[in-house]
Amino acid sequence: MKKQNSIGQPYRRIEGALKVTGRAKYAAEYQVEDLLYGYVVNSKITKGRIESIDESATRAVDGVVEVFHHDNRSSLPRFDLLYSDMDAPPGSPFRPLYDNKIQFAGQPVAFVVAETFEAARYAASLLTVHYAEEEFDVDLKANMDKARDPSKGLATFIKPLPPGPRGDFEKAYAAADERFEGKFHHGSQHHNPMEMFATTTVYEGDGKLTIYDKTQGTSNSQIYVSNLFGLSMSDVRVIAPFVGGGFGSGLRPQYQLVFSVMAALELKRNVRVSMDRRQMFTFGHRPETFQHTRFGATKDGTLTAINHEAFAETSNFEDYNEVVVNHANMLYPADNVTLDYKLIPLDRFTPMDMRAPGGSTGMLAIETTMDQLADQLDLDPLEFRLRNYAERDVSSDKPFSSKELKECYRQGAERFGWNERQPTAKKVRRGNRLVGHGMSSGIWDVIALPGKATATFTAEGKLIVESAVTDNGQGTYTVMTQIAADQLGLPLESVSFKYGDSKHPLSPIQGGSYTTGVIGSAVKAACLKLKDKLFHLAQIMDGYPLGDALPEDTIFTDGAIILKKDPSVRIPLTDIIAFNRGEAVSVSKSNVPNLLKIKQYTRAAHAATFVEVEVDEQLGVINVTRAVTAVAAGKIMNPKTARSQILGGMVWGISMALREETLLDNNLGKYVNTDLGEYHIPVHADVHQLDVIFVPEEDRIINELGAKGIGEIGVISMAPAIVNAVYNATGKLVKVFPIKLGDLL
Amino acid sequence: MNPFKYEKAASLSGAITAVQRPGGVYLGGGTNLIDLWKYGITHPDKMVDLNGLNELKSITELPDGGVRLGALVSNNTTAYHPLILERYPLLSRTILAGATAQIRNSATNGGNLLQRTRCYYFYDPDSPCNKRNPGSGCPAINGHNRLHAILGHSDSCIATFPSDMCVALAALEARVRVSGPDGERTIEFTDFHRLPGDKPELDNNLGQHELITAIDLPANGFADNYSYLKLRDRNSYAFALVSVATGLSIQDGLIREARIALGGVAHIPWRLTAAEAELRGKEPTEANFATAADIILAGASGFEHNSFKIELARRAIIRNGMMALDPASQRPGAQPSL
Ligand SMILES: Cc1cc2nc3c(=O)[nH]c(=O)nc-3n(C[C@H](O)[C@H](O)[C@H](O)COP(=O)(O)OP(=O)(O)OC[C@H]3O[C@@H](n4cnc5c(N)ncnc54)[C@H](O)[C@@H]3O)c2cc1C
Ligand code: SF4
Repeated sequence: MKKQNSIGQPYRRIEGALKVTGRAKYAAEYQVEDLLYGYVVNSKITKGRIESIDESATRAVDGVVEVFHHDNRSSLPRFDLLYSDMDAPPGSPFRPLYDNKIQFAGQPVAFVVAETFEAARYAASLLTVHYAEEEFDVDLKANMDKARDPSKGLATFIKPLPPGPRGDFEKAYAAADERFEGKFHHGSQHHNPMEMFATTTVYEGDGKLTIYDKTQGTSNSQIYVSNLFGLSMSDVRVIAPFVGGGFGSGLRPQYQLVFSVMAALELKRNVRVSMDRRQMFTFGHRPETFQHTRFGATKDGTLTAINHEAFAETSNFEDYNEVVVNHANMLYPADNVTLDYKLIPLDRFTPMDMRAPGGSTGMLAIETTMDQLADQLDLDPLEFRLRNYAERDVSSDKPFSSKELKECYRQGAERFGWNERQPTAKKVRRGNRLVGHGMSSGIWDVIALPGKATATFTAEGKLIVESAVTDNGQGTYTVMTQIAADQLGLPLESVSFKYGDSKHPLSPIQGGSYTTGVIGSAVKAACLKLKDKLFHLAQIMDGYPLGDALPEDTIFTDGAIILKKDPSVRIPLTDIIAFNRGEAVSVSKSNVPNLLKIKQYTRAAHAATFVEVEVDEQLGVINVTRAVTAVAAGKIMNPKTARSQILGGMVWGISMALREETLLDNNLGKYVNTDLGEYHIPVHADVHQLDVIFVPEEDRIINELGAKGIGEIGVISMAPAIVNAVYNATGKLVKVFPIKLGDLL
Repeated sequence: MNPFKYEKAASLSGAITAVQRPGGVYLGGGTNLIDLWKYGITHPDKMVDLNGLNELKSITELPDGGVRLGALVSNNTTAYHPLILERYPLLSRTILAGATAQIRNSATNGGNLLQRTRCYYFYDPDSPCNKRNPGSGCPAINGHNRLHAILGHSDSCIATFPSDMCVALAALEARVRVSGPDGERTIEFTDFHRLPGDKPELDNNLGQHELITAIDLPANGFADNYSYLKLRDRNSYAFALVSVATGLSIQDGLIREARIALGGVAHIPWRLTAAEAELRGKEPTEANFATAADIILAGASGFEHNSFKIELARRAIIRNGMMALDPASQRPGAQPSL
């Protein structure tokens, strides 16, 4: 008797049809009666104070209900702790409308609430705010001397600071046969998910609120709102079943949430506050970063010395950190290593996690440096990486829980046709275009966190599984349904995963590629517990149909418990519920990772990307004509949704290498290309042939499911592979990203 | 709820009468005007919608062998019109190189001539900008100026005119027909737009309340040898950093007449007849196009982020000249060089 597994099958997204037909509702789309609309006014200055606010013209607009600003807002707590959220870095979180201090360009300084959105927006445009401007400094390059270590906190626990030095870097570097030194830079980048931030707060009376929020964590928003407004958690319900993209921007509650709730409580009305595209550039973003690498190797291609330093922006009130420099030595076992990661506080908003935070930044420098060294050594870049393949993580002196990177290299290279690569530039031409091939490794740390889920089997024969987790579009809804279905041997149609609602068991924010591992393991654990309970009920059913069978002697399949050795003994699960006097059976289970065990290993997903570019020799136009990414990320729960994740990651990589950058004007202290016309992300015409391979990988350490997560790994190796391919085509290495038209002239 | 008056014009004269009040504007496709309004760059208080004027909505042949484009015909309808595809394929190419299908469906020919610059600072009402707020300064000169001019800029403004379509119209020597409170007149295309000088607030020489009724194309559409090359920061949905429209009449292997116009490099579609004259009677070779390019770009000067455009423009002029010899390279989907 073998049971059919849905895990590993390419199921379509359950909610796919709702999304493509527009029936999936997002935070700003809920039809709510008697709704008021808020529109935010953002600061015109970068730093200083608000001296006064003239509301008269604003209030004179028909339909305006209230104007909120620091002078008349409802009371807000003073303590940093109460503003903290699940993704808050060490420091003092931004407090919207707290006082008259302006700390960054575009800071929200007021919001207008009116009977219609149009009235609110128009009235907001009439608000006169008088500022006393102070000198600001937003220039990263000009402030390199202010670089300092990041403060430590929860964030540095999850995203560890670089390990200390090993060996003697300077000596080994000086002694190396070949050396490469590179200085790299990329500007800030803003997430810009399609759905803009919005919150619709329904005032339920009795101080109860139902909040439709754009967020990557319903529990996160719930806790934040409760703390800020002194509400009991049970009075605050946050709902977000569909998230129109997050990429990290929804890991922290944004100011529209605060305003929507503030107005709802104050006015005792339903209130929606939504941002426009420009306002999407007024909060967290990938930090502008300078990097410095110095790698040294012996003649035979052994990497002996690694130095990688990063200098990143942060705000003047929080120390955002990410893992930029830790990966070179995890991938390549040199013995002489110094790593450094520094922050430079500026008058900008605090950066925040943006898809593949840190990893995509660091690997861009590491992997282009590797290719340059390979070039100097006359080695094929893949061969150079293989010669320096880490079977063990020397940076922490731990084994890998699993690592199929070699197989990624092999399968990726084969599918791509890497052996056709010409080692020297300008060798392959198509008309006016030079053709180049490039590759890169990718790595993303696996994060383990506790998770919780409930599982209920109903009289109707349905399995209901619950968690507050969101689904930003990755396919969480579908995959959790698959996990639960397999545990109880049910078809997907019999399982209902209830999620995206803070009334369900608390979930961490959805980021870091850990959701499948964390919530999936909790779902599995809850289902196991439910099975156990159902089994025990079945044992005592009339006539003791299971006899003295133990759980392991049975199998849950086709909605029944079946005796392995005698499949004719079949107890439908609905019969068990009937026996339970028709009462549904319900369990709740927390899954806590065994840190003692997993901490003995380095845990990471790996990837290898191979890229072909065409570069117009005279005009410098670059096209990524094809790319293959091979991924080893443990168990792939659903190859269809997983493939989409990797494809999206690869497009993101094209963006990092060739398109995306928020332009900051140091004189005016603000970003200037704040719309999707001028903030360039790839369009269809930029995306050509992309291919994804999943390399089988078994991991028994990492979590119950053996799944490492695939949200970020697809991004990481793409951009460096493109940069390396451009070098292979043209012989020119560009170290300031994105590479732009004109850089290759 | 931005209070304004809206009037759908029923006749040309009615439109001109209706618009004559402070804050009166014409509405074409609205693809630029509405954005400017939402961003608070412009504050119209009366909108005169031209979309009911059927007399401005056709494409017709002219007795002199040319073609008249109604001002209210959409950009896409124009680009795909049989007369245009056959006789003015260069114009079709430039239109289709712009914006997106959705925007081109809405955008009108008249509106295209009057779209405003894409300078970042111009679009931010909280930044200084001489074009938007005369006398407030020009932050682009020492700021982000990748999109900006390398030719014909002034100390007060270095913005570019962003249209693709107008690059072809300049090359083709179109004429703009306008109607206004003082009657009708025709403006040569090269006189239509203006350099910023010390009045960057004025993009063109259209009089106040004047309305574009049509664009007239002369008979020669350079349909045998033409090419449009648009270089930009992504393959679609981005404005030109440098673009070149080239039309050639070739006889016995020699250039009888050449037209070269540049987009993305100046406050106007840039055309220099001296360079075109230089090509007359010459063979269409890279070397000869290079000579023409050097003449066109002789006075060019760049800024921190756009100096590369000088060399890029030079190479683009040469490449596009060669591409014009191979009209197959202009077929939709053909990938001549990019
Ligand atoms: C996201 C985006 C990307 C774009 N990309 C490109 C591109 O790559 N290349 C390109 O060339 N263009 C591009 N465009 C610009 C587009 O071509 C113009 O917005 C469009 O042509 C303007 O035409 P319209 O009819 O919509 O003008 P409107 O917005 O209606 O009007 C523009 C101006 O002209 C006035 N006006 C309109 N019609 C008349 C008339 N008949 N007589 C007198 N005044 C009139 C209006 O009062 C207004 O001042 C882009 C636009 C957008 C929004
Ligand atoms: S270049 Fe012209 S449009 Fe741009 S900021 Fe300067 S004055 Fe304004």
